[in-house]
Amino acid sequence: MTATTAEKREPFTTVSSTYVVLPVENIDTDQIIPARFLKVTDKRGLGASVFCDWRFHPDGTPNADFPLNRPDAQGARVLVAGANFGSGSSREHAPWALVGWGLRVVIAPSFADIFKQNAMKNGLLPVEVEPAVYERLVAARHGDARATVTVDLPAQTVTLGTGGRDDSRAAPPSVLARFAIDAFAKECLIHGIDELGYLLDRTADIERYEAKHH
Amino acid sequence: MTTPKTLFEKVWSEHIVREEPGVPAMIYIDLQLIHEVTSPQAFDGLRARGLRVRRPDRTFATMDHSTPTLPKNLAVVDPQAEAQLAKLTANCREFGVELFDLTTAEQGIVHVIGPELGLTQPGMTVVCGDSHTSTHGAFGALAFGIGTSEVEHALATQCLLQRKPKTLEIRVDGKLPRGVGAKDIILAVIAKIGTGGATGHVIEYRGSAIEALDMEERMTICNMSIEAGARAGMIAPDEKTFVWLEGRRFAPKGDEWTAAVARWSALRTDDGATFDASVSLDASTLAPMITYGTNPGMGIAVTDRVPDPSSGATPSDQATIAKALAYMDLEAGAPIAGRRVDVVFIGSCTNSRMGDLRAAANVMRGRKVAAGVRVLVVPGSKAIKHQAEAEGLDQVFRAAGAEWREAGCSMCIAMNGDQLSPGQYAVSTSNRNFEGRQGRGGRTFLASPLTAAASAITGKVTDPRTLSFDTSNARNDIGVQS
Ligand code: SF4
Repeated sequence: MTATTAEKREPFTTVSSTYVVLPVENIDTDQIIPARFLKVTDKRGLGASVFCDWRFHPDGTPNADFPLNRPDAQGARVLVAGANFGSGSSREHAPWALVGWGLRVVIAPSFADIFKQNAMKNGLLPVEVEPAVYERLVAARHGDARATVTVDLPAQTVTLGTGGRDDSRAAPPSVLARFAIDAFAKECLIHGIDELGYLLDRTADIERYEAKHH
Repeated sequence: MTTPKTLFEKVWSEHIVREEPGVPAMIYIDLQLIHEVTSPQAFDGLRARGLRVRRPDRTFATMDHSTPTLPKNLAVVDPQAEAQLAKLTANCREFGVELFDLTTAEQGIVHVIGPELGLTQPGMTVVCGDSHTSTHGAFGALAFGIGTSEVEHALATQCLLQRKPKTLEIRVDGKLPRGVGAKDIILAVIAKIGTGGATGHVIEYRGSAIEALDMEERMTICNMSIEAGARAGMIAPDEKTFVWLEGRRFAPKGDEWTAAVARWSALRTDDGATFDASVSLDASTLAPMITYGTNPGMGIAVTDRVPDPSSGATPSDQATIAKALAYMDLEAGAPIAGRRVDVVFIGSCTNSRMGDLRAAANVMRGRKVAAGVRVLVVPGSKAIKHQAEAEGLDQVFRAAGAEWREAGCSMCIAMNGDQLSPGQYAVSTSNRNFEGRQGRGGRTFLASPLTAAASAITGKVTDPRTLSFDTSNARNDIGVQS
C-alpha cells in the first residue's frame, strides 16, 4: 500500500475478559445509542451515552439494576446479547458507542447485517453462536459474575473461562464454540487493515469500469 | 442460452468492478445520497488522508434529520444540530457536492427527494448512510443503507466491498380490500417473517398486488424492507415507473431517455430464475394493520386483540412480547382498537408523499381532530408541500385542527424538536416503533395514513373502514414534479 492509502488500526487477535449479559432479543440501534446523541460530528465520546435510556433514569441517575451499571460489569470487554442484535438504523454511532464504553466483542445468536459490517470496521468483533451456546454463556454468567470468556479470532473459538473460582483441580477450560467469520473481514481485523486502503489500491480497476460504463 | 437471472442478479453483475477469490466483490456505486447525521466523520476521514470525492457528479446531499419543521420558527433545535448542519454545508462546499439545503426548493427527506428529482433510476446502485435507502428499490435499483465508514469508501472510490446477498421472493397476489394499502401489506409481511426474517437477503416484491401499486406505494413497501432485516428491497420497473420518471430533472432526456427505457425494460426476473427463499401473501385477506409492540414485526390487524406473551413460539419470544407490553402499558387480550391516542404523526420517508397526504386529507376533510389530540402532518419534501398546498390539503388539515409543517424527518426520529413526551401514545405513519424512537418514554403504534387520520378524528386507535371517506383522488400515478 502507498503512503496515502495505508491506515493501520489496532490489530485484533484474542480478547479474554469478564463479560456482561443483556439477554434481550432485537436490541436495536436506537437502544444502543438514542437518536438525540447523533448530533455529534465526531466519533469519540459516545461511550458515556451507550444504552442511555436503559442505563439512566429519566432524571439522569444511574439505573443500578442495569447490567452495564453493576460493579462487576466494569472492565468487561465482551457483551453477550440476544438474537438480531443491532437491528434498525445504519448509524455507525452504535459500534462507536459500544467501543467507547470499552467493548471489543459482542456475542449473540444473530446480528443485523449493517450493524455487523459497521462493527467490524471499528474493531468490534461480532461473534455469532448457536442459541444453545448463547444460553450456556448466559447461565454461566448468572452463576458466577467473575466468569470469563476468551474469544480467539485467529482460531475462531469461544472458550468459557473459570472466573475467579478455585478450580485448580478442575479440567482446563475447553472450547465452547467455533464461530464463522468472513475470511476477508478476519484478515482486516487481525492485521488492522482498513478496506478503504484496499479499494484505493485498486483505482485502476475503477477507472477501467468507469471508462466502460460511464 | 444464458442462465435465467433474478432482477437483483442482473443489477449486481452489471456493477462488479473486480472479483477476487476470498474477497468480497468490489461493487460500483452509481449514486450516493448524503445527509447531515452520518456524513461528517466520513468527510473528516477524507481530509485526514488528503482524499477528494471521486465523483461529485454522482453525490448529492440534503438536510432532513435534525432540521426543524416549524413554519415560522426555523431556528435549529440546539447548537449541536446547528453545528452539524453547518458542517454539512462546509463539507459540500469544500468537496464540490451539490447540497439541497433548507433554503432550496428541492430540500426534503433524502429518500423522498432522490426519486422526486429523478436521481434514482432503474438498474442503478444507490447508497446512503441511512438504512431506509431500501426505498429507492421501488424503481428497480439496488439500494441499501451503509455506515459512515462505507460512506467514506464510496465518497473516495465510488466503490464498496460487498459479499453477494441471497435473494428472497415475496409474492403478494390478489386485490386489496378498500381501506387497506401498501403500508398494511408491508406491516403484514414483517409480522409474518419477523424483524430478522430477511437478514442477509435482498427482497424482490412481485405479484399482481405489487404490480397494481403506484410508485409512491411501491416506495412505502421497499422502504420498510430493512425492518425485516433485508439488505434491500426491489420491484421490477414497468410502464408506471417510466411514466413517473419521465421529465424529472435528472432523468435522461431525448434519445438517451429512449435508450434508457429500452435498457430498463429488461430489468425483470427471467422465467425460470430461482430465489434462495420465497414467501407469499394474499392481499385480499388483509385488514388495516397496526403494531402493538416495540419492533415493527409486532403487527396485528386493527380489529385484533393485543397478543398474550404465552402466544410466543419460544421462551425468548414470550419474554420479548412481555417486555413490549410492559413498555407500551398494554394489556394482553384487550382489543387494540379503542386505545387512547395522544399524538398522531403523518410523515416520514415511509408515508409523506402526495398519495399519503391525500388519503389522510380524505379522512379528515370536514371533520375535527378529537379534543386533546395533537396531530402533525409533515410533508416529505418542499415540492410535496408545495403541491399539497396547491391542492388545498393544508387547509383541510388546518381546518381539522392539525399542524401543517415544513419538510423533514420530524417526529420519526426525535432529534429535531418534534417528539413525544414520556408515556404518550402516538399513531405514526413512520417505520419504527422502537422504545424511545419518537421521544424518550414515548409509545408508538405504526399504521397507514388512513388509520392514522381516522385515529386523529376519534382520539383512539381506529379502523379507518368504520368512517366514510372519499378515495377517488388518493392514487397518484404521476407524483409531484420538482
Ligand atoms: S424519515 Fe425517519 S426513517 Fe426516514 S430518513 Fe428520516 S429519520 Fe430515517
